[in-house]
Amino acid sequence: MGGQLLSGGVMGTAGKARLPFLAGIDRWWLVALPVLAFLALFFVYPSATILLRTFTRFDAPQVGGLDNLVWFFSRDANRAILLRTFVVAGLSTVLTSLVAFPYAYLMTQVRPAVRTLMFGVLLVSMFFGILLRNFAWVVMLQMQGPLNDVIAALGFERQRFLGTMPAVLMGMTHVLFPFMVLPLYAVLRGIDTRLVLAAESLGARPARAFWDIYLPLSLPGFIAGALLVFVLALGFFITPAVLGSTQQSLLSQLMYAQFYRQAAFGRAGAMALVLLVATVAALVLASALSKRSRAYEATP
Amino acid sequence: MSADTGRKATRWALAGLCTLIGLWLILPLAVIVPISFSGEDSFAFPPQSWTLARYANLVTPQWTQALLNSLVVALLVAGLCAVLGTLAAFAIVRSHSRAMVVLRLLILAPQVVPIIIVGLGVYLVFLGWQLTGTVSGFVIAHAALSLPFVVIPVAASLQTFDRSLERASASLGAAPVATFFQVTFPIIRPAILSGTLLAFLGSFDELVLALFLQSPTFVTLPVQLYRRMTDTIDPTIAAVATIQLGFVIACVIVALVLERRRAAGTKAG
Repeated sequence: MGGQLLSGGVMGTAGKARLPFLAGIDRWWLVALPVLAFLALFFVYPSATILLRTFTRFDAPQVGGLDNLVWFFSRDANRAILLRTFVVAGLSTVLTSLVAFPYAYLMTQVRPAVRTLMFGVLLVSMFFGILLRNFAWVVMLQMQGPLNDVIAALGFERQRFLGTMPAVLMGMTHVLFPFMVLPLYAVLRGIDTRLVLAAESLGARPARAFWDIYLPLSLPGFIAGALLVFVLALGFFITPAVLGSTQQSLLSQLMYAQFYRQAAFGRAGAMALVLLVATVAALVLASALSKRSRAYEATP
Repeated sequence: MSADTGRKATRWALAGLCTLIGLWLILPLAVIVPISFSGEDSFAFPPQSWTLARYANLVTPQWTQALLNSLVVALLVAGLCAVLGTLAAFAIVRSHSRAMVVLRLLILAPQVVPIIIVGLGVYLVFLGWQLTGTVSGFVIAHAALSLPFVVIPVAASLQTFDRSLERASASLGAAPVATFFQVTFPIIRPAILSGTLLAFLGSFDELVLALFLQSPTFVTLPVQLYRRMTDTIDPTIAAVATIQLGFVIACVIVALVLERRRAAGTKAG
């Protein structure tokens, strides 16, 4: 009880003296109030506004139950876009993991000077603007670009990459890479590599020890990174707009088009709702998974 | 013996693979640099003729105004996030109320809610409030997104903060405000500074909300770049990219050198 009172803090006692009618409530709510009001007004209210537009109708009387959701799910084209959005998000999560794991692993193994260099490369790519990184890939992948020069020099025909899914995936993997490497590195750094050596001294081959000991221990980092990457990828807008094509658009682009070109706010709202539900579902699933992986860690 | 050579081979393969990954991260950015000096009206690589015209283009009002707008918005966002974020971090860490979970969720939510949803909503609401195309509209919208950048590091720093320092200061007769500025603030300052820097960068680089909030008379640098990228082939973009690349590399080198010096200092001490 005494500790509780003390940790109420310096500001706490002063507040209590001045505002006796608030004695019952946690005074930190007063400190939080400006932030709560700010976010409620400028984040929650706008987001709720567009989501609630789902249940409006384009023309009078403008109150229409589930029309917009029915419209979204009844069109083959829309369902294809939803599926494509999930597939692209899943693929970019897998690709990002494949590229990020060796990089994060090597960062835990090298001398500090080399690690600083690897960090530097990562940071430069990370803080270079997202839009400009996509522009960089436009230059790389264009018909007369460096990649096609290499392909031509090898004697193959030049390929049209821009406006295709591989180009979008390339750009997304590049943009999302830091979001996978950083949580992964944070976990890999903490793994006691003596456990792997112990497995080897007990007769396990290196590959086997790595697979059975090291990889399961790295799982929490994988899950944290993959969740972040997947959720971000679901809502990706800039990369598909710059590197992709409207024939193969993703959900965000369809929303933007419905909103701006057709002023169909209700339809955009319905898509926003679908996208948000998908995102929350991914978050819930991942938190359940990470609980299981932590349970795994706890068992000897 | 053979296990050892196998291990060595794996090492070299891994080093080679990571060199390739590093090149994949950096090379596309480096390719922009020669393009920015290209005399052609395309992004052809390598350029056949050379000019500085792209850089001269940047000194026209449409680019300088966009840059100025971006800087003003990002600075205001950084200031607003520093204050609001620090308040929020204190409330989250110091309060014993379980309901603070609400605040934490609310602060993290803008990071996971797809940006396009926020953009559509902000557009609808801000249009009614006549905030589209204004500095305040941009600042408010960007600050809501950038708050976690400050809250997360400051809350982490407060969590490890030794509260007995504050009690000592109070018992020696310092007023709460003096205690905050002379004891607490100096300790959490690095966290506030790094968070504020990230908030600045987040706003400076933000495009999607900006696309919704822009007006014919008020655009930010990313909006201007996006317009030039989608409408026409404008190698001026490469000049902007080259300048930004130089700036980012310089900042990263300074940050890493400072970090190594700090690490060496703590080791020596």
